[in-house]
Formats: sequence, C-alpha cells, structure tokens
Amino acid sequence: MTSVPFDPSAEAAGATRRILDDTLHGDARGVVVDSPPGAGKSTLVVRAALELAAAGRPLMVVAQTNAQVDDLVLRLAEKEPELPVGRLHSNDPDPYDKALDDLGNVRKSARAADLAGLDVVISTAAKWAHVKGVEPWGHAIVDEAYQMRSDALLAVAGLFERALFVGDPGQLDPFSVVGADQWAGLSYDPSASAVTTLLAHNPELPQHRLPVSWRLPASAAPLVSGAFYPYTPFRSGTGPGDRRLSFGVPSDGSGPDRVLDEAAESGWGLLELPARHTPRTDPEAVRAVALVVRRLLDRGGAAVSERSEDPVPLTPDRIAVGTAHRDQAAAVRAALAGLGVAGVTVDTANRLQGREYDVTVVLHPLSGRPDATAFHLETGRLCVLASRHRHACVVVCRAGVADLLDEHPSTEPVQLGVTVKFPDGWEANHAVLSHLSEHRIAWSPRVSP
Amino acid sequence: MSLISTLARLEAVESGRARPLATVRHRHVAERPLVLVPLTTAGEAGAPLGALVGTDPEEPTLLVVPQPRDRDLRFAFLADLAEAVLPYVDGFADDVEAAERGETDPETGKKVKVEVELCADAPQLIVPSRAGVEYVRLLGRSTRFRRTAEQDPETPFPAPPRVPLLGRWLTHYGERARVPGSSLLLAATDLLNRHWATGQSSLEDQHLGALLAWIDAPEGSSGAEAALRAELARDRDGQLLCPPAGPATDPAFDNRLLAPAVERYDRARQALAAAEDGQAADERLGDLHRAEREIRRLILAQLRPTWHAVWRAIELVRELPPGARVADRWTRDRWSFTGHRDRVRAGEPPQPRRDDAVTAANKLAARESAQTQLEAQEALDDPLVMAGRRLTGEAFVAEVVEVTMAWSESKRPAPRPLLTVRTDDRPHLGEGVKAYRSLEGKPQTARFVRYEEDGSLVLRVLDRMGRGKEPAEGSVPEKGDRLVWTLFEHDQRVGPKLPDPEETPWTHGGPPRVDAVEAPDAVTPEDLL
Amino acid sequence: MSESLGSGPVPRPQTTLRHRLAELRGPASAPHPLDARALAALAANPGCRRRALLDGAGVDKAALASALGAPSGFGQSQFAFMRGHAFEAKVKADGGAELLRLLGVDDREDVRVPDLTAAGPQGRAARTALALREATEAGAEGAWTLLDHPMLALEVAGSPAYLEPDAVVVGPGGRWTVVEIKSFPMIDGSADAAKVGAAARQAAVYVLALERTARVTEGASVAHSVLLVCPKDFTNQPTGSVVDVRKQLSVTRRQLARLTRVEDIAAALPEGVSFDVAACSAEELTAAVEAVPHAYAPECLAACELAFHCRDRARAAGAVEALGRSVRGELGGLTTVGAVLAAARGEAGDPDDPAVAALRRAAALRAESLEEAAACR
Repeated sequence: MTSVPFDPSAEAAGATRRILDDTLHGDARGVVVDSPPGAGKSTLVVRAALELAAAGRPLMVVAQTNAQVDDLVLRLAEKEPELPVGRLHSNDPDPYDKALDDLGNVRKSARAADLAGLDVVISTAAKWAHVKGVEPWGHAIVDEAYQMRSDALLAVAGLFERALFVGDPGQLDPFSVVGADQWAGLSYDPSASAVTTLLAHNPELPQHRLPVSWRLPASAAPLVSGAFYPYTPFRSGTGPGDRRLSFGVPSDGSGPDRVLDEAAESGWGLLELPARHTPRTDPEAVRAVALVVRRLLDRGGAAVSERSEDPVPLTPDRIAVGTAHRDQAAAVRAALAGLGVAGVTVDTANRLQGREYDVTVVLHPLSGRPDATAFHLETGRLCVLASRHRHACVVVCRAGVADLLDEHPSTEPVQLGVTVKFPDGWEANHAVLSHLSEHRIAWSPRVSP
Repeated sequence: MSLISTLARLEAVESGRARPLATVRHRHVAERPLVLVPLTTAGEAGAPLGALVGTDPEEPTLLVVPQPRDRDLRFAFLADLAEAVLPYVDGFADDVEAAERGETDPETGKKVKVEVELCADAPQLIVPSRAGVEYVRLLGRSTRFRRTAEQDPETPFPAPPRVPLLGRWLTHYGERARVPGSSLLLAATDLLNRHWATGQSSLEDQHLGALLAWIDAPEGSSGAEAALRAELARDRDGQLLCPPAGPATDPAFDNRLLAPAVERYDRARQALAAAEDGQAADERLGDLHRAEREIRRLILAQLRPTWHAVWRAIELVRELPPGARVADRWTRDRWSFTGHRDRVRAGEPPQPRRDDAVTAANKLAARESAQTQLEAQEALDDPLVMAGRRLTGEAFVAEVVEVTMAWSESKRPAPRPLLTVRTDDRPHLGEGVKAYRSLEGKPQTARFVRYEEDGSLVLRVLDRMGRGKEPAEGSVPEKGDRLVWTLFEHDQRVGPKLPDPEETPWTHGGPPRVDAVEAPDAVTPEDLL
Repeated sequence: MSESLGSGPVPRPQTTLRHRLAELRGPASAPHPLDARALAALAANPGCRRRALLDGAGVDKAALASALGAPSGFGQSQFAFMRGHAFEAKVKADGGAELLRLLGVDDREDVRVPDLTAAGPQGRAARTALALREATEAGAEGAWTLLDHPMLALEVAGSPAYLEPDAVVVGPGGRWTVVEIKSFPMIDGSADAAKVGAAARQAAVYVLALERTARVTEGASVAHSVLLVCPKDFTNQPTGSVVDVRKQLSVTRRQLARLTRVEDIAAALPEGVSFDVAACSAEELTAAVEAVPHAYAPECLAACELAFHCRDRARAAGAVEALGRSVRGELGGLTTVGAVLAAARGEAGDPDDPAVAALRRAAALRAESLEEAAACR
C-alpha cells in the first residue's frame, strides 16, 4: 500500500479534469477513457456533453442500447432542463422511454434532419449507422465503446470530426455469431472492439482512466481490480466501515442466514451447495438463490453508507439476482414468485451491465456444470456479476468448481498478431473463487431446509 | 449441441445407425456438380501431390505430381487442374436471365432499378471435407498472384496461362464457402453432418469414411464397427483400407509406398538425363514412364475410395426432398457467381491478400445476416429444425380456439383481430413480444397480448390483411387452425450501408492507398510454388 | 501464481515416488522421455488420471497401446520430417544471422554460437547452463549468442525431464528468448491457429525450464514472448512472429504443479499393478490400465496414444462423453447413453429434474416432427 494517503475525491476530480481538458482543449482527434465498474462513467459523459454544449460546440452521442440512450437523455435533462436535446430513434413501435415525453426540451424524431441544430443529439450506434447525407458534427461522445464492435464504429465515424470514447474494458466483449478468424490480427478486424481498432490506428491518442469506483465497497474493489483489471488498478471511493449492512432479525442459523451474515460482515458470501452435476436450472441452487433473497427482505436488511447517516431499508428494488443464462433467470423469477417476492431484478450478466444495486445474489456461472466452456469462463461475465453491488455480493455455487477449472483443457488456438487479452478467464475465475472460499458457508439444503 | 441433436446421437449409438437431423435437404445439390478430391505433400505448403476431378462419377480425371518438389511438374499439374475446372465454370457463364438490381444513382443519389444479367445456374464444387475447402483456398491463394509470360515477359518462372485465373475462381469459391447456407463450394462431410446424427462425436464426424459408415453401414454390421474399420483397419502392408479423405495423406503411405516410388522416379530421371545415346535414352525413358505410372497407380489407389465416398454422399442427400427455401439461397449463390464473372470480365485485378476495413466489415455483416436467415429458413422448411426452436422457447405450435374481430383506433380503422390460441410449448413471451407465422410464404406479424386464466394466450394480428376495413379472405387464422409461430423474424432487415473504401474514416486508418497494387509473390530459385 | 517448479528444495520425499513410478513402469525399462510436446499435451486433458500417471511414470504409451491391441496410429511422414530439418538448417544458417534478422537485429557478423556438445542429457544440460551464463555476461557487453539445440532440465513429478528447444537467443541485457522453428507456413502474416497454439504451449514449457536456470544466473531474464519462425507464404524463406506466451505459462505452471498428484494416484493403486510392457501379458496390462480412471473425450484422439483404447472403454460403458464434452452440458446428473434414453422415454428418471423434463420434451418434439414429416411424404 502507498504511504501517501489516498484521497479518492481528489484523484477522481483530477482525472476528470484532465479528461475534460483533453476533450475541450486538446488537439487529438480522440480521447479514450477506461472506466472500471461504478467509477462515474455516466456522470463523466453527462458532464462532458454539458461542457461541450456550453462552449457552443454541438455534439452527437452514440450509445449502444436504447435503454442507455434514454438514461442519458434523462440524466442530461435532470442536470440542465433548458438544454435542447434531440433523441433520434428507430421506426419501431415504442422506440423510446415514455418518460421522455414529459421533458419539454427533448425533441424526438426518427429523422436526423428534424434534429439539426440542437445542442446534443443522442441515439444508438445502430440508428446512427443509417444516418446519411448530413453535415458532420464537430464532436461526439461514444459511450460503452468497449462493447461496441469495430464495424459499428466504422459505420458512424464519418459523422463526427473528433470524439471522446468512454467504456469499461472489463465487461463483456462484443461478439459475432459467425467466424471472423480470417481478419484476426488485422488492425481493423471488424469483430474486435471499437477501442481496439481505434487505438491500433491512432496509438498516440490520449488515454485516461477513472481511478475510483464509487459503487464497489472497500471489500470488493481490491478483488475486482486485481482479478479483472490487473494492469489498470483502481480503488474504492469509500473506506472499510463506510458502508454497513445490518439486519433487524437475527439469524435462524440456516445456510441462507449465515451466508447473509457473512456477506454483511465482509462484503462477500459464498453459499456452497454439495458437489453435483446439474442442468443449468439446478432446482436446489435456484431455490437457494431465492431463499437468500427472501431472507434478505424478511430479516429487515438496512444499509448505511456515505449517502445517508441513517440506515436505509433494503427494499426489493435495491436487490438484484444475476445469472449466466436466460433460463436460469426465468427459473429464479419463478422461484421468487413462489416465495412471494416481487420487485427484485433478476437478469443475465449481459443485461445487468451498467446497473447498480445494494446487494446482489449471483448464481455462479460454473455451478454444477460438468464442463467449463469459453462462454462460462468469459472474464467479462464474471466481472459484471461480481461488480454490481454497493454493499455485498452473495454467490451461490455447487462445490467442485476449482476442480472443474483445473480439469479444463487449455488448448486454445492462438492467432498471430492478436494482442493477448488479460486477464484470462480461467485465472480470473480461480482468483475470485479463492477469495470467495474465505467467506464460504457450506450448506446442504436437504438436511436443513 | 441442442438437446434434440444430442438425443439423435444417443439414438444412433443405441441403434447402430445414423439418425435423421433433418426431414428435408437444406443445401442445394447441383445436377452436375464438379467433385474435386485433392492430395497434398506432407510438410509442404501448396505442393499438391495429386487429385481426382470431374463431373462424372465413372470418369474422373487423374492428376498426379510425380515429384512434388519440382516446380515445372507442379505447374503442369495446376495447368491440368485449370483445364479440368475452368471449362466447367465457363459453361455456366453465358446462360443468363434478365434480373433487376437496386442501385444508387451516383448523380442523383436516388435508388434506381438496374437491368442486369443473372446466370441461370452456377457451377458447384464439392470436396470431401473441411480440410478440402481449406485446401481450395490455399490453392487459390498460391496461384492467383502468379504471373504468366504474357502478363510479365520478365518473370523468371512464368505460370501456365490459365493458372492465375484458376486461382481467382478458387479464391472466390473459398470465400463464398464462409457464407452460412451457401452451396457454391461444399464439403461432403458438412453435407452429411447437416442431415444425419451419428453415434460418434462431431470430431470423429470429420472423417468422411467413418461418417459414411454410420449413415450407410453395410447390412449386418453396426455403424460403430464399420466406422472403426474405416478409421483404423489396415492391410497386410500396413496400409489403411480407407485412406484419409485428404488433402493430407497417411504417413504410412508416404513412408512405405510413396517415398520409394518417388525415389525410383528421381533415379530414372537422373539416368535419363545422363543417357549418352538415343537407344539408352529410349530405354531410360521407358523406365521413367514406368516409374511415373507406378506413382500414378499409388495416388489413384489413395484417391479412389474418397472419390466414391463423395459421390455416395451426394447420392444420399439427393434422396431427401429439398427444403422450400433452398432455391432462394441458391439464387444468392448465383448472384455471387455472376458478380465474380463480371469482375473477371471487367479485367479487375485478383482479390487482394487482405480485405480492407470496409470490405471486411461488409463481409462480416453479410455473413451474420446470412446466418440468421439460414437459421430462420431451415426452421420454416423443416419441422424437425423447428422442434429445436420450440424446445428453446423461440417458437410454438398453437391451435386457434377463438377469433375476436377488432380494429385499430385510427381514422381509417384497420383490422386488428385477436386470436386466442392454445399451446403445449413454452415460448418466451413477454409484454410487446412479436410472433410471426408464414402466410403464403410471407411472414404475418402478431403481438402477444396476455395469458388467459386457463393458460391459453391472446395474440393480436397486425398486418397482411389487405387495405380494407374487412380483412382479406384467408388472411386471418380461423378457429381450429394449428399454426407455427416464431419469435424470430423470417426475413433479414437490410443493414446500414457502410462508407465506400475511399471514405474509410480516421478511426480505421483512413482510405487505403490507391497506388498499392498487389505484387506477385516473391520467387526464389528454391521457391516451392 | 506462487507455485513454481524446480525452485529450491522439494518438500516431499520424492525419491520414494520416483522409486514407486519406476516400479510401475517396470524396472528394466528406461523412462520414456517426457519432452516439451508431451508436457504441453498434458494441458489437453488435465483431468485424466490415467494419462497423468502413465506420463509421470515415463511409460511408453505407444508401446502400451499396441500391447493392449489398440495402436495409436500416430506417425510422421518422412517428407514432412525432411522438410522440417531442411527448413531448420536454413533458418540457422550463416551462424544465426538469418535468425537474428528475424529478431530485428541486422548485419551482425559476430554472433556467438557456442558448442553445446556433451555426454548424456545431464552433461548437455550442465553445458547449456554454463553457456547461458557466459552468454549473459557477453550480453552485458552487447553481444548476441545463439544456443543451437540447448538442453534444459525441468523437474516434473519428482523426476528430471530433459527438454531441447530449437534455439535460445541471448541478447544484450541478458535477455533469453526461446525460438521455436516450425515448418507450417505463415501466409500473409497468419498461420494455422491450432498449430500456433500448440507451438506456444510447447514454447511455454521451455520458458519455464529457462526460468529455473535464470534464477541462479546473475543478470539474466527470460522473455515471456517467444519467436516463432515459419516458412513465409509458399517459399522456404523464414519469417518470424513474436508470440506472447504468458497465458500458456500460467496454465503450464499450474498443470505441472498438479502433476505431483500422481503420488496420490499411484498410492490408490492396488498392490502388484504394473505397466511393464515387456513383462506383463495383455490381460495383466489391461487390468492395470483399468485400475486408473480415464477421462476420455474425443479430443484425446489427436493428443494421446492410448485414446483408441480409452474410447473403446468409454463406449462400452455407455459414457455420454464419448460423443463430446459438450454433450453433458444439458444432461445434469445423467451420464450414460442408457440412462439418458430411458429418461427421455419416460422409463426412468425423476420428472421434476429439469434435465429429465427437458429430455422428455425434446424426445416428444422430435418424435412429433418426424411423424409429421413422414405423413407429408
């Protein structure tokens, strides 16, 4: 550890200042910002957009999903209700969040020409790709740039002169449903991430990173940083003890209660079920996940954080369950409904990207599996699942995953000229598992239901 | 692997025979395909050893390189291969039909229809295995930059006249084979594996002999036994009874049979070169011919079983009725063939070694779209494929139990009838999810409305009911109809148009250099090809 | 990862293990050399105890497979062999000048190429260690050294394994770089990714072995990228590509560390088991092999001499893995063909088990569609 005291606010403010300085006053065509989970990426995007607009430089914003676009529009309007914002949308029915209809200065259209002259125009990369024959914007902000594919950037890069690229390199990589090996190693491999291509062609661009995670607690940042961001470490914005989780109802001694106590105490909990090979929707594991959530609510969970001195009750909307597969999410939803729980978010890693909760309950992607596959080992998947929480994360998993990892054949093909991506999923999984094992509650649901 | 195909494999294990994975044929098989069975020399890139090629199962053309390290002999082989392939390809070039293609007028920027030619049929190339497809690419790459004496009188080792053109066609076919669902260049193993599940793993299924053994096992023997024989059985000389389908040869063949024969050939050539008079030369020429004939005999023996296996595979898939949308995909293949024909005729240079950024992105987009299209079409063509989608909740079969007429709330009300349907499937339906059914080959859209108490679902039909207030006849499902609904779309949306290569943005390195002409491959005295 | 090999004294009583393994192999047989290719292949199926024990004991698996009546069928064509040698000689010609050019060092006439000959692998390894030390010292003065076929020692499961990389280059600053020469082509800058992967795993073993020596050599460091040299396009001109092997290193380190578990595997064997091909009958060998559990998967066919034997056993037992590792993904606790089919047909299995329920739905849908198609004909 460093001897100089770490002042997270000052560090983060300094980084933001340098980024905005490069964006507003630098002469590089692009600025790249790496943002670990919960480091204030959206805040940065909104701030950069407002400052550019205030400087009289209209800009376009490229996000990856409609939900992200709508979220940005809402945040901009919240900060600066007078700012003229354009929401470019598709021709599908219900193309944008109805909440946008209440915003007086947000104009919505499916045609870019209708939005000409507005300070900020926001849309998805997919929609921007269809915009032709317009005068290019001086500036753009590309959000979630690591989840954007190189070919998607190719389709929109002609629309702007220069851009700020913001994203999280640790989350799920973009992928292609068909083979793209023939372009592996090319600087503009269309299946690579937009940032990879951008930096391959413009290595001189300034690169920044947001150094502080405001979301992850002090108990989580070192693990997530070490396992998933080995070469670009970050710190937690809060210290040990700044975040506390407590329960009004004491433990009944069951596995779910014990793992909740462990997680409240240490930030992590591993509820380990007996080793067994199971189908994806392992009924015992699914039920264990649902029980943990049920007890979390029943025991009157309350969270204390830097946001409020008084304990804030842990309500269903502050809890999420994360899974690897959609059918697992569906099974957990059904199990929760069976236990009378409503309002808790249950989703796959893909859909939880960018979201934040107080407590998360995760069904480990490798739990009960007879074999590990590239999908289940993907670093980004585990990273997303392990980095959504402000207070604590409970992982439900069958025993035996360490052996499964050890017995996983490692005969990956190697493409010449492709930069090796770190960390490796296999190693990251081992790192997370070994940390979790220190917070393990072994539980056999049949013995103590 | 989907659970349904896993099940098919397990059934195959139990019954000792391959089990169907499809009820219709999902690939186009031409009336007169060209089969190519190549062999290559171990350890050398692009040094062919021999090939059987032709359109008649009974009369293949045998091409052999008696000494693969000899450049002239390799060139002779390639020239012969060009003579076997190019006339077949050219035979499809002039039989054309008129067609229309949408283009953007460069002056006005408007979409216009242009009258163009579309070849009525296209040449189809079939090789034994995926390694064979890869070898077609390799041959294409190794020959398309060759220079002929006509192109460059100075070139030290001029290629025979038609060899570079052969390279361009093989390259085109090799690239097209990467497009999901295309049938210009097929591997026999892929053809069989698409339609049958064997009782072995997909890795073992890459062995054409073993694969056929499961599908076409001789009476009285199980697929497993027949496959084992195909994989491992050897004669008294240690030679495989079922030689590998190439292009790699069996090391035991190389070491025991081929190497001594090549050595005899080399000695005979040396002796011929050293002959001092006409009579000696005649005798030694005879020796050389015998040595060459021996190599041809050996290579033919290695190739022939595979040649027959490929034709047998073709025969087997031909027995399946074609899927309804196979012809549609073949039309795309015909467009691809016609397009390349036009580029060759226009005198364009050979395909570059590497795609530029825009071409790569366009190809990826086209292939992704072809993949989704293929998955949708195969499911619509084949109930067994649809069963897999039903199992994963992406489709459902439902019986209409009630139709309630309703209209949209606009000035000119349009029909928006509600269907109550009952299904045993478990589709992933949610608010606003759309479902599609096929109506006269076109998709009709409905939106999921709600679940009823008794578990039946309510759908609202949204389109294809004509322009009037009353729906066109036959456009609304009727009570009692049993229909297949998919949650995936039947057609592909057209993706965004990418910039032209000369407009490549700065993020992707800017426009490629226009002065960069692909140079021919370096040629050295010991150059292998 | 903190576990490393060959560094410092070994804590376990390895001599007993070595003795036990020699017994298993047969006292008369010399241990089958465990080269880098074999070590790298361990990663192909690290869950297989049979392979771990037989490799750890240095049993000649090809001979064993033949004795069991299921020969491996691996072999190399003499054309490939000759071509490989000719290419390697060409790469190393001119005192390594060509090779250094590929490392980006031009016009060096003064490359040191020390003589590494010595008696026996041990002697050669000692000679190599000395040459590496001298090369590192010379490197401090800016000199380049090419070690042609050095011999490296690496402790594997308590016994030394001797490894022979194609070449090691020592450059200024005492940096050691492994050079791997392969005869598959690099065409337009890319090569067969499976073959490059195999080469990277093999090279990672050399890097590990070099690190052991580097730790006791002052001023030395080992590059975690290796130089892969292949023929360019369709010529026999060499071209090179630098391959980052950090991932392969971490995997190999972990796999080698786990090889110490052969002690446990050996301890679990019944008394009197022997893999001595010379002394035992086919029945005895079959029983001995049967005493160690295998983890057959179809990938073994390309990586292990015993694969056909294990496949036969796996099939006879009705193991679903014989159809591919991925097959098990949706089958949960069902592991045999019979059990899966019985569950699918409703003859066995708990209908509340999601795997069983899914199988029954799959079977019903499959049957329904096949009937429908048959009715349409």
